[in-house]
Amino acid sequence: MSVADILLNLWNKSGFAALSAGFESGGWQNLVMIAIACVLLYLGIVKKFEPLLMVGIAFGCLLTNLPMGGLYHQELWDAFMDPNNPAYHSYGAVMREGGLLDIFYIGVKTSLYPCLIFMGVGAMTDFGPLLSNPKSLLLGAAAQLGVFAAFLGAVALGFTGPEAASIGIIGGADGPTAIFLTTKLAPHLLGAIAVAAYSYMALIPLIQPPIMNLLSTPKQRKIKMVQTRNVTKAERIIFPIVVTIFVALLMPDTAPLIGCLMLGNLFKETGVTDRLSDTVQNALMNIVTILLSTAVGATMVGSTFLTAETLKIVVLGVVAFGLSTAGGMLGGQVMCKLTRGKVNPLIGSAGVSAVPMAARVSNMVGQKNNPANFLLMHAMGPNVAGVIGSAIAAGFLLSVFGA
Amino acid sequence: MTDITIGQAGLYAGLGYTVVFFGLIMLMIVTIILGRIFTAKAKKAAPVVEVTPVERIAPAAPGTAGKLKLHNVEPKTAAMLMAIVADKMGKPINELRFISIKEVEQ
Repeated sequence: MSVADILLNLWNKSGFAALSAGFESGGWQNLVMIAIACVLLYLGIVKKFEPLLMVGIAFGCLLTNLPMGGLYHQELWDAFMDPNNPAYHSYGAVMREGGLLDIFYIGVKTSLYPCLIFMGVGAMTDFGPLLSNPKSLLLGAAAQLGVFAAFLGAVALGFTGPEAASIGIIGGADGPTAIFLTTKLAPHLLGAIAVAAYSYMALIPLIQPPIMNLLSTPKQRKIKMVQTRNVTKAERIIFPIVVTIFVALLMPDTAPLIGCLMLGNLFKETGVTDRLSDTVQNALMNIVTILLSTAVGATMVGSTFLTAETLKIVVLGVVAFGLSTAGGMLGGQVMCKLTRGKVNPLIGSAGVSAVPMAARVSNMVGQKNNPANFLLMHAMGPNVAGVIGSAIAAGFLLSVFGA
Repeated sequence: MTDITIGQAGLYAGLGYTVVFFGLIMLMIVTIILGRIFTAKAKKAAPVVEVTPVERIAPAAPGTAGKLKLHNVEPKTAAMLMAIVADKMGKPINELRFISIKEVEQ
């Protein structure tokens, strides 16, 4: 073999050749996706949009759209979902023929990663503010308005029931829950939904304040809330056990998510599993975040991502976020009226989950109106209630549209 | 159940929102009951401490900010810090209560 033959062979096996040869038959989509990946990397690194996840998602997107890399095979997962294909629901086929990101994706497909992330979230969450003011659970429920409104909007725009349910859950402002539900109901929309969910979570400080100001008066925003009672250690230990039993019995489909969330919290609160709590909060959480983000990014294949549906999802996502904030605020208004002005309605917006960002926004808007107002701990109650609320909403949608 | 009408979607949306409320209301009731049980237990367990006349602390005179502990901070610096905090909060200094001021060394 001559040097020229070797060089020609190298060229033919390169991604550049694949890109130029297949440019008209879809290769241009790879270039557009590479550009989108670079924009997402910019947003994650420079603009700090949920960087821990966005950088991995963007890089997964970049890797999957480089031709000839063989890291992710959409056709394998299409076969996995096709009941007439011999590889239907065969992880063996994926392990045998798949690339690195296909193997990462098994953890998403089996819901392993979202559940482990929830375990870490549970270990990092303090349910004390919720326990000291259980009425804040109502605000967590009210703030799920956007989930169901966006679901309705998605059906009106022509999406199927399972797809609409997956789009609606963006309004829960809870990444792992959105990934958990979408993987089960509409896996082909996973990339768009994950990117929309995490982008809007990063934009909460911009999206929420105008809605909060619109749905409250300056006088209400100045309301100072009284300090809540101290919660005993026994209550903190019993709470995750009670929630697991109750929610798993009410919505069995949501048991993996709630079970892991509460197990993580139990590790934190028992006082005898500090090592486990530390591992779940740090090492495990970090490892799973890497695997989850790159695997989700890998699903952003040009042929499935560059569609009108993605644009609709982006629009519906922001509508879902806005309406969830409005729902929480309206819940806060009702509580403000019922308590004769003892509850600041701003804490309602924190019911959209997105722990602890949404609670910080409540505190920030409160302090803008009254520098002596500290709403953070009061807003943490609805904030963690939102996590439970969005998990219940996901459980409901899964029980209606799941196989 | 994939293609659904807008009417069905409205029904599911209403039902779903109700289920979320139902679930969290039930959880709220359970949490309130738990809280009451533990608060009652804590009250029972807490020993009653008799306060002798000597231990009683006389109320601070009107206009003072109460007692303040200083750790490695000059009184002059502390006064300046309290004035800044009061100014930023827009409150008269005698309406604020400072417990202690400590210099954080890095």
